[in-house]
Amino acid sequence: MTIAADQSSNSNTPLELGLQMYRRMISIRRFEEQVNDLYTRALMPGLAHLYIGEEAVAVGICEALRSDDYITSTHRGHGHCLAKGASPDRMFAELLGKEAGYCKGKGGSMHIADPATGNLGANAIVAGSVGIATGAALSAKRLGNGRVAVCFFGEGALGQGVLYEVMNIAQLQKLPVIYVCENNLYTEYTHYSETTAGDIPTRAAAFGLQAETVDGQDVRAVHATATRLVERARRGDGPSFIVCNTYRYTGHHVGDINREYYRSKEEEKRWKTDRDPIKLLTDWLLEQGVVTTAQLNAIQTEVDAEMKKAVEFALAAPYPGVEEVGQDVYA
Amino acid sequence: MSMPETAVRELTFAQAVREALAEEMRRDPRVCIFGEDVAEAGTPFKVLSGLVEEFGTERVLDTPISEAGFTGIAVGAAMTGLRPIVDIMFGDFITLTMDQMVNQAAKVHYMSGGAWKVPMVMRTTLGATRRSAAQHSQSLHAWFCHVPGLKVVLPSTPYDAKGLLKTAIRDENPVVFFEDKMMYAKLKGPVPAEEYTIPFGVADVKREGSDITLVGTSSMVQVALGAADLLEGIGVSAEVVDPRTMWPLDEKTLIESAKKTSRVIVIDEGYERYGVTAEIAAVIAAGAFYDLDAPVKRMGAMHVPIPFAPTLEDATVPTEQSVFEVARGLCKRS
Repeated sequence: MTIAADQSSNSNTPLELGLQMYRRMISIRRFEEQVNDLYTRALMPGLAHLYIGEEAVAVGICEALRSDDYITSTHRGHGHCLAKGASPDRMFAELLGKEAGYCKGKGGSMHIADPATGNLGANAIVAGSVGIATGAALSAKRLGNGRVAVCFFGEGALGQGVLYEVMNIAQLQKLPVIYVCENNLYTEYTHYSETTAGDIPTRAAAFGLQAETVDGQDVRAVHATATRLVERARRGDGPSFIVCNTYRYTGHHVGDINREYYRSKEEEKRWKTDRDPIKLLTDWLLEQGVVTTAQLNAIQTEVDAEMKKAVEFALAAPYPGVEEVGQDVYA
Repeated sequence: MSMPETAVRELTFAQAVREALAEEMRRDPRVCIFGEDVAEAGTPFKVLSGLVEEFGTERVLDTPISEAGFTGIAVGAAMTGLRPIVDIMFGDFITLTMDQMVNQAAKVHYMSGGAWKVPMVMRTTLGATRRSAAQHSQSLHAWFCHVPGLKVVLPSTPYDAKGLLKTAIRDENPVVFFEDKMMYAKLKGPVPAEEYTIPFGVADVKREGSDITLVGTSSMVQVALGAADLLEGIGVSAEVVDPRTMWPLDEKTLIESAKKTSRVIVIDEGYERYGVTAEIAAVIAAGAFYDLDAPVKRMGAMHVPIPFAPTLEDATVPTEQSVFEVARGLCKRS
């Protein structure tokens, strides 16, 4: 079961691309709504960090990638995995700790990895994957396979020194890596302005990276920027850094219900009403006068059915046998 | 090489390490080295001298002083088709790499359900008595032994260093390889010119004996051998066993030697408290319990930061004389 067809969709018309991105964003949102449901029904162990509200970032970036390009992801990573082509059924299975999951149930929500889609893994250490993504770019350059690596991280990772170490090396070595900073405004429960001095893209620009800022709610803008910077990386012109300004609709994790001590309900409402990435794309698609609401609704219905089936698959799947516990410690 | 292929040459520890690296880099173009001053400088210890001339700066890459950064890059490069060797100049600097090694390198294979693997080697150093004080003298290998997913190698001779390093480079897992910096130039030993590797998890009996077993690691193997000579002078026959790899650990050979001699001292240059000596002693105590005539004795570094003053520093690590004294006491000889 896969959400999307061809990953190398750069030749698509803007409308085809728009519809594809629409389907992917809907898929991520529906997936996350199911996660919320599974979690609140106590069917999912552990923690669930939802990507709702940030869908345009993962989709806009990943639609600019080839299927063999690499990504690294974060604790809030379901959207990245789906956008890069992961199957919802095996993702749900992993979230529920089932053997059919991407990591045989050993990784869970925060560690989904999938070589088939170039997903080097979600990482539960903030900035934990910046080295891995940069190393993948180094391999790509040395092996001459034309791949690029995208490193997704939240603005909280700006506090980790290793990010600056690897950006420095990436620029010195002209590595094909794109650092994607998803600024959803909140580092867990703290507004980023309390933890982040100065200007964010300037930090990357200081190392000589091409540093840009984009409206992370506008998937077409994200995609256009990513396409340009991915091409730049692929032709050997080095690393870049994109700040995507976005918003986390829900709490840091499912269960972070009372959020008013760090942000107001009015603020949340404003983003959801005025800046919703799916709504913004829907408006654009309809404005083109070629797509109808009925067609978009049909996509939603298809995605709903796919998610329902995927959840059923995961719920019915068996847990790993206890004999698995000692497997895969060493290759 | 002008020598006949079967000749056994004397190489220094550093030469043996360098030869292993060069041979593996010739054999496999994916093998590359990252680290501080690894290229033209060949490291401060000159272990890598000549490699950049043969393999170029792409494969022998000088990095900024960013241990976490280049170790993390090695993890990602290892996952995606290269076989990186990172050079951490002093073992004390592994502190800076801990998240990359412990939370990334060691975990990637398991937490991806076996989907990704991390075939990388971290080479670093251990050992005191170089008058380098508290931040350039520690032997911190026990830290990595505590982490599932990592393998930890402590060679004690040029022969072992070469054979074990080649195995490390060919291993599909992250391997941490600790070299005693005091051995680089000082310790010479026979190294055959022909190809060989040494498997992990196979201890080596460096000297056979019947009265007491001295289990030594890395720098402490020479100390144990020296103590064994002293013990011979008082009629005590000491067996010296070198586990060579801390993980995987050859429990069988350790236990068999203990059963044979009935007395054991485990000697390691890491801190004695909670160190590898504790693990090895526990393995032996459990496996040879009914054959032991005395509790297993441990000797490691004193629980102090390594001091600068030579008179103080020399007091912190086991010596031939101190091992001899403890062995004599265990064997009840005066």
